[in-house]
Amino acid sequence: MLKRTALFSAHQKLGAKLIDFGGWEMPVQYTSITDEHLAVRNAVGIFDISHMGEVTVSGAAAAEFLNQLLTNDIKKLTPGLGQYTLMCNERGTVIDDLYAYRLCGDVYFLIINASRVEADVVWMKSQWEKFPRRSELTLTDASHNYAAVAVQGPRVKDFINDVIPGASISAMRVARVTDLKKNEIGGFKFENHSVLVSRTGYTGEDGFEIVGSDESIRHLWGKLLTVGAPFGLKPAGLGARDTLRTEVCYPLYGHELDEETTPIEAGVGFFVSLDKGEFNGRAVLADQKANGVKKKCVAFKMTYKSAPPRPHYPIWANGASVGEVVSGTQSPSLHVGIGMGYVPPEFAKPDTKLEIEIRGKRFAAVVVKKPIYKKR
Amino acid sequence: MSNIPSDLKYAKSHEWVRVSGDIATLGITDHAQAELTDIVFVELPAVGRQVKAGEACAVVESVKTASDIYSPVSGEITAVNAAVVENPALVNTAPDSDGWFFKIKLSNPAELNALLSPEDYKKQIGG
Repeated sequence: MLKRTALFSAHQKLGAKLIDFGGWEMPVQYTSITDEHLAVRNAVGIFDISHMGEVTVSGAAAAEFLNQLLTNDIKKLTPGLGQYTLMCNERGTVIDDLYAYRLCGDVYFLIINASRVEADVVWMKSQWEKFPRRSELTLTDASHNYAAVAVQGPRVKDFINDVIPGASISAMRVARVTDLKKNEIGGFKFENHSVLVSRTGYTGEDGFEIVGSDESIRHLWGKLLTVGAPFGLKPAGLGARDTLRTEVCYPLYGHELDEETTPIEAGVGFFVSLDKGEFNGRAVLADQKANGVKKKCVAFKMTYKSAPPRPHYPIWANGASVGEVVSGTQSPSLHVGIGMGYVPPEFAKPDTKLEIEIRGKRFAAVVVKKPIYKKR
Repeated sequence: MSNIPSDLKYAKSHEWVRVSGDIATLGITDHAQAELTDIVFVELPAVGRQVKAGEACAVVESVKTASDIYSPVSGEITAVNAAVVENPALVNTAPDSDGWFFKIKLSNPAELNALLSPEDYKKQIGG
């Protein structure tokens, strides 16, 4: 039996096509992936992201614990700030990628992938048991307490203050939602509910992610649809979420990231802080940063018109099969096949000629600098 | 509501067939294009290819996924629609007319009897 979010009946009413995503029955599209994608690029879209997991970590030793657990430096976070980070095992390969927020003093809030909640919590608990100061922190899987929506696109700033009016009351203190800067998080009153609003997203556009109780998010969804409609707001599904994030080369766990891949190989080494002291996987990651990697995640574009590249299609270079596509689609913004895949580092430079094998035939592609799509 | 023209025969796998003499024209149904949405690529068989009923012989790709298209009848491919290769969106806008895929010279016309009537296809898709 698939799990359903607080917005399930809202999706049904909108006529969404539903699919299984990480054990959740989620909308893949409402009308058309292309239309929803372009709404986010040109106006605004809302996504149900209630399936994502939430973990709270609090207490005097929380920061020290998280700095052992995660690759980025948690001590860079002042209250009200968040960071992209990764959770690696001792081999330096990725258990999950996540956002870590510092809400206040010793209270941290982690947003993790839906498909990884169970694996993450098992891993975090095993790490907690080994942690000398474990009595000085509390770790709680709060995933079932929260629903969430993402509101993304250039027009969101024009109406979000009307949906969630007033100043924040916790975390980052600002006079209005649009005063939040990128990666900042604030607690706001929405009707009679408390919601957490961060200026983050997974689309390459300006936008906010809003976490709250099931009831608050149900109300918020309805209000966003109404107030956002004159600004071109559309509900958008996981299909558009995937094409949007692929265009800007954000990794998706299970595609660019898995337990056989390190953050350095995936091209997210910027979020690995080698100088913060010891942490899980540090030795492997330091070695890779210094001495290089055997595979690298590259972005590519198809050179001519072809069928869209798809995950698992072979990548060829110099007449030999050298790797595999991990994400691929027809880009709704660029009208060309795009994707990401792993190749040996000698084929990872921009402008390197590749071929993508599609149903037994090879088609020309070229390595491009990330992101594939840049805002004009 | 899907459009189900009454002069066509249908396959369970959502292709339609229009018969004229010993030539059948084939495409995908309005219901199928609506399910796929955003069709961005169509790959058609070579003219002259012999296909068997039930054989995958074309591919249609939406933004999200690639789907095989099956010929519900056997025979030789006699023509393919270059217009849908050039402009795959035709499959979305005119699935049972300008968005046709290929024509096939029937080698076993009796296979047509196994196809669904418009009424039966309508029942299958819950329309």
